[in-house]
Amino acid sequence: MNWEKLPAWLRWALYAAVGVFVLTVVQDFDETGSLTAAGSSQSMLRWAVPILLAGLGGLFSERAGVVNIGLEGMMILGTWFGAWGAVVYGPWWGIVLGMAAGAVGGLLHAIATVTFGVDHVISGVAINILAPGITRFLSSEVLTTLPGGSITQSPRVPGVGTFTLPILGGGSIGSWQTPDFFGWLAGREIFLISDIASIAKGLVTRISWVSLIALLLVPFTAWLLWRTRFGLRLRICGERPQAGEAQGINVYRFKYIGVVISGALSGLGGAFIASPELSGIYLEGQTTGRGFIGLAALIFGNWRPVGVLGGALLFGYPFGIGLRDLDGSASHSLILVNAIGLAAVAIWAATRGKRVDAVLALVLGLAAAAWYLTSDTLPDVWINILPFVIVLIVLVFFAQRLRAPAADGLRYRKGEN
Amino acid sequence: MATAIELSGITKRFPGVVANDQVNLTVEEGEIHAICGENGAGKSTLMKILYGMQQADSGTMKVHGREVRFVSPTEAIAAGIGMVHQHFMLADQLTVLENVILGAEPTKALGRIDFEAAREHLREVGQAYGLTIDPNDLIEELEVGERQRVEIIKVLYRGAKILILDEPTAVLVPQEVEELFRNMRGLKEDGATILFIDHKLDEVLAIADTITVLRDGKTVATVKPNEVTAHDLAELMVGSELPTPETTESTVTDQVALDVESVTVLDEDERVLVDDVTFRIRRGEVVGIAGVEGNGQAELVDAILGTRPVHRGSIKLMGEDVTLLPVRARRERGIGYIPQDRHREGLLLTAPLWENAALGHQTQEPFVNGIFIDRAGSKERTEHIRKEFDVRTPNVDVHAHALSGGNQQKLIVGREMTADPIVLLAAHPTRGIDVGAQAEVWDDIKLARSKGMATLLISADLDELIGLSDTIVVMLRGGLVATLDPAKLSPRELGAYMTGAKEGAA
Repeated sequence: MNWEKLPAWLRWALYAAVGVFVLTVVQDFDETGSLTAAGSSQSMLRWAVPILLAGLGGLFSERAGVVNIGLEGMMILGTWFGAWGAVVYGPWWGIVLGMAAGAVGGLLHAIATVTFGVDHVISGVAINILAPGITRFLSSEVLTTLPGGSITQSPRVPGVGTFTLPILGGGSIGSWQTPDFFGWLAGREIFLISDIASIAKGLVTRISWVSLIALLLVPFTAWLLWRTRFGLRLRICGERPQAGEAQGINVYRFKYIGVVISGALSGLGGAFIASPELSGIYLEGQTTGRGFIGLAALIFGNWRPVGVLGGALLFGYPFGIGLRDLDGSASHSLILVNAIGLAAVAIWAATRGKRVDAVLALVLGLAAAAWYLTSDTLPDVWINILPFVIVLIVLVFFAQRLRAPAADGLRYRKGEN
Repeated sequence: MATAIELSGITKRFPGVVANDQVNLTVEEGEIHAICGENGAGKSTLMKILYGMQQADSGTMKVHGREVRFVSPTEAIAAGIGMVHQHFMLADQLTVLENVILGAEPTKALGRIDFEAAREHLREVGQAYGLTIDPNDLIEELEVGERQRVEIIKVLYRGAKILILDEPTAVLVPQEVEELFRNMRGLKEDGATILFIDHKLDEVLAIADTITVLRDGKTVATVKPNEVTAHDLAELMVGSELPTPETTESTVTDQVALDVESVTVLDEDERVLVDDVTFRIRRGEVVGIAGVEGNGQAELVDAILGTRPVHRGSIKLMGEDVTLLPVRARRERGIGYIPQDRHREGLLLTAPLWENAALGHQTQEPFVNGIFIDRAGSKERTEHIRKEFDVRTPNVDVHAHALSGGNQQKLIVGREMTADPIVLLAAHPTRGIDVGAQAEVWDDIKLARSKGMATLLISADLDELIGLSDTIVVMLRGGLVATLDPAKLSPRELGAYMTGAKEGAA
């Protein structure tokens, strides 16, 4: 059977099913309750949303041929303006202003890379350096004048609110409190079934409206880029801009649009980070590299929307676990999950004759297993580091055979071949 | 017959050069009109002006009798003109259909592409002109000839009646050229007007109804193919007598310089790129490798040079096994290298010529003095190369990108030749340079050959291959499939071996 022929969503659903199975087994073996708890999947989703938004942003930019390493900076702009807008004008204004600030960051990147032909990485790095400077300055000028604000943080940020799905998650329709199907199933303690229900329960309970928008953006992006004229023209700019130019397409314009959308989505991700679903406050440095992780999700997802979602959830999961893991036991279990994953990679690589990969995965897997066996919990500092290490390891093994847009990152000048 | 295109007094200047100087051109409706000329004669510029990619400084253009002025290809397309570029304007990762409809997409509400309508239209166009292709194939899966067909369909899809083909045969093997010519005649019968650029004269004489020759940006003649011979045309193009690649007498000795024994090269996925290749080159001998690009020639050269590991087999240089030696050690033992892509592998474009002259020889006299670069020595040597190999440059301190392609190539050839290599690996040594520079490169190789240099020659120019080589071997899918004597070989026959239509030793 050829995996590649399956529709993307089905393939990813199968990957997810295997993942849940492993988590369930580890959880039962380790007798910690939190790997498949509803709270874990809920916090996974919250963590995944900014990563997803940054990743989708990167998708728009790189499909138009502009490498956007400035996602992080644009996201930082989004956190500040999202928080400030929400505090001063209300939560939805926070969303709008966060997006607008990110879009301005994107515009800056577009002007530098598209109009002036600056190297994409250099411009991106410049934006990543510029953004914290701008927000720091604005904080000292603006936030310090707000009650409860200071030079590094804002007053409490109001959120746009959440909803819970009726019937499946026990949300209410009007005044009717509907049954909670997933919650009921999760309580039955049936192997695997209850675990899946528990994870599903987390995904339908108290979802932020922003999360919903972010999730809907996945099919929308796929539709927009692969089914419409706009999408085809944007993608040609990332594959072979000269071919677009020869057909009278204004390549510069599409690159601008792609990069500005990229900034807006990162900004939205930033605004979400500052919202009560994740922080409820603007704090300097609170993006903690999630723009970069969005980039990692983009690469992991092979520059495709459903893949980006898969990457965002995969990377969001360990962060979500770490967030709720007070005693280090869940992260400890996660190491066992890693060991199993690495063993699977080693076997897979060995059957494909990829010797270096197989040996590397085996060594890392054994190290993880040894670590797991010789400890009971993880020290605090490792709870925070582990997710980043997982991102790194995943990229090492899965980013080898991917296909970036052919003209991604290349300088394009009209009239040059 | 009505006039399809009438250009008069077209002039286009670029900084330092006049690309088109008062060019006049008249193309009748329904004819195949060839534009001939050397590289740099201004053919491509003229076509770009006609297609709206560049604008003329002066002169007038008429299409179907109406005066026009195109500021972008969009307007040319609207006027029924389509262009097939020499370098295909296709995105490898997109499907045939996506590439064809790009810029002319049929849409439904919300900007959705109407893929059904597009497919239908594509089928109609294909049927009308007798060109078929699967719309769902990715471009990267197609052969060169098929890609060209996609380009032609792309133009027809937009309703173009006037087709400009920029050197359409440059990338094709002879069999594909015949297929193309059949298609061109079919298009003509269906009412299309074709304007095509070419400098292979036998092809031009075979297909064109009218031929216009450009030289130094000027129109020098418009002739009918039955009025002229290939020789006449050549002299019109060059303005003087034509050089040929032919070598005069054999200088082959008994001493084996390069001994390649059962060499196999695999890629990262263990696919075979070079399959059990064995051959020898003796001092004073030129061995030519013929083959459609992508059949392992480039990888074989890499393996001999040492930039790609050999999985099985051995490579001996003057009897010494160099299979495991690194590139530098091999070069120091006397391997010279003219890379196929001079910009990627041959030069540092933003470095001065004297630094470029040291590349590949940076560990040897006169370029170094102990651990330091010997600037004076390097410059002196570069000056020597400039004189001996006629590299036209004001001085040796200018950057390599300031030189024309031909002069860059002469610098590379000079660099390798002055080092007196035992074995020269020459990959497409005259690709993309004009006739004058080409002749000089040929002379350089001939001279070195007579002094005992062994040469491995790879070329897509079959006349060059047949003219320069003492022996020709044919590479197909990584293996050597035939060993041929160039003295008894025509380009047509060689083409048949290259595509696998003919096998075995001649």
